[in-house]
Amino acid sequence: MQAKVAIKSRPLTGVERPARRGRLKGVLPPLILTPAMIASIVFVYVFIGITIWVSLSKWGTLRIDFNLREPFGLTYQQMFSMPRWHADLRNTFIFTILFLFGSIYVGLLLALLLDRKLIGHTILRNVFLFPYALSFIVTGIAWRWIFNPETGINLLFDGLGINHLITSMGGPPFKPGWTTDPSVLFSINDWLGIIFPGVENMSVHLGIPIALIPVVVAACWQLTGFSMAMYIAGMSTISNELREAARIDGANEFQIYTKVIMPLLRPITVSTAIILGHVSLKIFDLIFAMTGTGPGFATDVPGIFVFDQTFKATRYNLGAAASVVMLFLVSLVIVPYLWSSLRKR
Amino acid sequence: MSTVTASPFYSLRQALPKRFWDYAVLAVLLGFMLFFLMPVYVMVVTGLKEARNVSLSTMWNLPQQLSGGGFVEAWHRLVPNLGNSLMLAIPATILSAVWGSINGYIFAKWRFRGCNLLFGILVFGMFIPYQSILIPLIQFLQQVKLYGTIPGLITVHVIYGIAITSLIFRNYYANIPDELMEAARIDGAGIIRIYTDVMLPLSMPGFVVVGIFQFTNIWNDFLFGVTILPNPAAQPVTVALNNLSGSFSVDWNVVMAGAVVAALPTALVYIFLGRFFVRGLLAGSVKG
Repeated sequence: MQAKVAIKSRPLTGVERPARRGRLKGVLPPLILTPAMIASIVFVYVFIGITIWVSLSKWGTLRIDFNLREPFGLTYQQMFSMPRWHADLRNTFIFTILFLFGSIYVGLLLALLLDRKLIGHTILRNVFLFPYALSFIVTGIAWRWIFNPETGINLLFDGLGINHLITSMGGPPFKPGWTTDPSVLFSINDWLGIIFPGVENMSVHLGIPIALIPVVVAACWQLTGFSMAMYIAGMSTISNELREAARIDGANEFQIYTKVIMPLLRPITVSTAIILGHVSLKIFDLIFAMTGTGPGFATDVPGIFVFDQTFKATRYNLGAAASVVMLFLVSLVIVPYLWSSLRKR
Repeated sequence: MSTVTASPFYSLRQALPKRFWDYAVLAVLLGFMLFFLMPVYVMVVTGLKEARNVSLSTMWNLPQQLSGGGFVEAWHRLVPNLGNSLMLAIPATILSAVWGSINGYIFAKWRFRGCNLLFGILVFGMFIPYQSILIPLIQFLQQVKLYGTIPGLITVHVIYGIAITSLIFRNYYANIPDELMEAARIDGAGIIRIYTDVMLPLSMPGFVVVGIFQFTNIWNDFLFGVTILPNPAAQPVTVALNNLSGSFSVDWNVVMAGAVVAALPTALVYIFLGRFFVRGLLAGSVKG
């Protein structure tokens, strides 16, 4: 690889050319990249540095104050003792897990079903990917209306006779409050309290907030098409000869998928999970438009926390601290991914 | 073969006609199609209703009579912001595409020691949560008197767009054979002449892909728009739409119609140029 690079940057017609131009050509490629690199270093790395400094500073009001806060890291300490921040971390975690499972598995299923190339598969593929082209704000507004507890989905349940069936069997009608419901499903606080005493008294319930479910559905609606497109692209690189060879070896259609295609798609799953995972750690617009912080911070996430603290409460150091944690979480996912995909070349 | 016939799935498959499975697959796909089109149906149908006909109990019904519904008011309210979004997205898309093309050309064809590291440093910028640079960014824009202006927001989108546009162009140029370049080089063309005479004429598909991708990204942006442009008259359409849906004086039919209006440009781009859109999507996932 080194040799190849060296050959490439040496002018082929160097013999006939003065040496000075040859040297110029060596510095020209980095020189052309300089504006972009300076912009990137200033606007990304220097700015991140400033944000980290702000998160450690006394700048907690409208008046700018870059002096460091004593003791060191006090803002972080305060943030990590806020119940709202606990709820945010829980929500990000639960949202990421549910959203990744939903969008990746459904995306894979759709890609496999479309792979049968039945009638209308091109139109269907376009329909499934269509939401990706929309703004999160549009998605949030549409799904807020659909999950309005007085209408939308709940009305559909009524219309389909589901509630009639449940009440005739003596049960209460199924009418969740969705985005207005502050309760948390499968709370594990008591159970965790056995291992870590004190957890059972935490103000935040560790479980699945009901109000978060509609947000997960909306996010899956928007981004399942992305994972489907990734899988379709991945499957198009698997040659027909390979499938044919498996068929000749006696595999049936089902086995071709489970034994040949699925293992070859594993790298696609990793890339998709990383890209969608980092989207979900950063999620802001969708929740902002759909539910905001939600009842009892049931749908609050770090992205909204940063926005509220920085631009509404003008607690700049607190907002900056939360954004640094967001950056840290995203980096945990992205840096190894970039490292491994760029090293291969 | 023994394992094959032992599979319960296989015997079931044999028992039923081949057609059955095709119909089953189609039925599942059709179910998903209904799910994916449901929000579109709700937005369009609610938007077409008159305010007095929007009620919670008839949400899924079609409008009683055909009229402009909420679209008239939504259009009236959002049209200045649609203009802002266009004035923002078009120049920002063009500038970041051109800049990205130049960088991508160097990264793909003039590799030098350490260029992979530089590329990694550059590309990391597209993954960061922008919340983590907003405070210094706003301070900076205030210093250079660009805060609260559309040119300011264009600058921001161009700068934070270089990473993705350079990435897509690098992957695009990597597929152009080196032999084309070598031929020009033997004819005495330098790094710049090769770009303008050889690469640029071949770049049209790359520009379409990057253009569509960036236009969609910038059009759909909300965070930069809401934090950098506090003046409602200058805000892009996503921010205006969110304000519309948050105000209590506005009816649901207007909000839904507004969502359709705000989504229309990117939806049209997707419908007519979807092929390129998918290519940009996949090229944006780093793989070289």
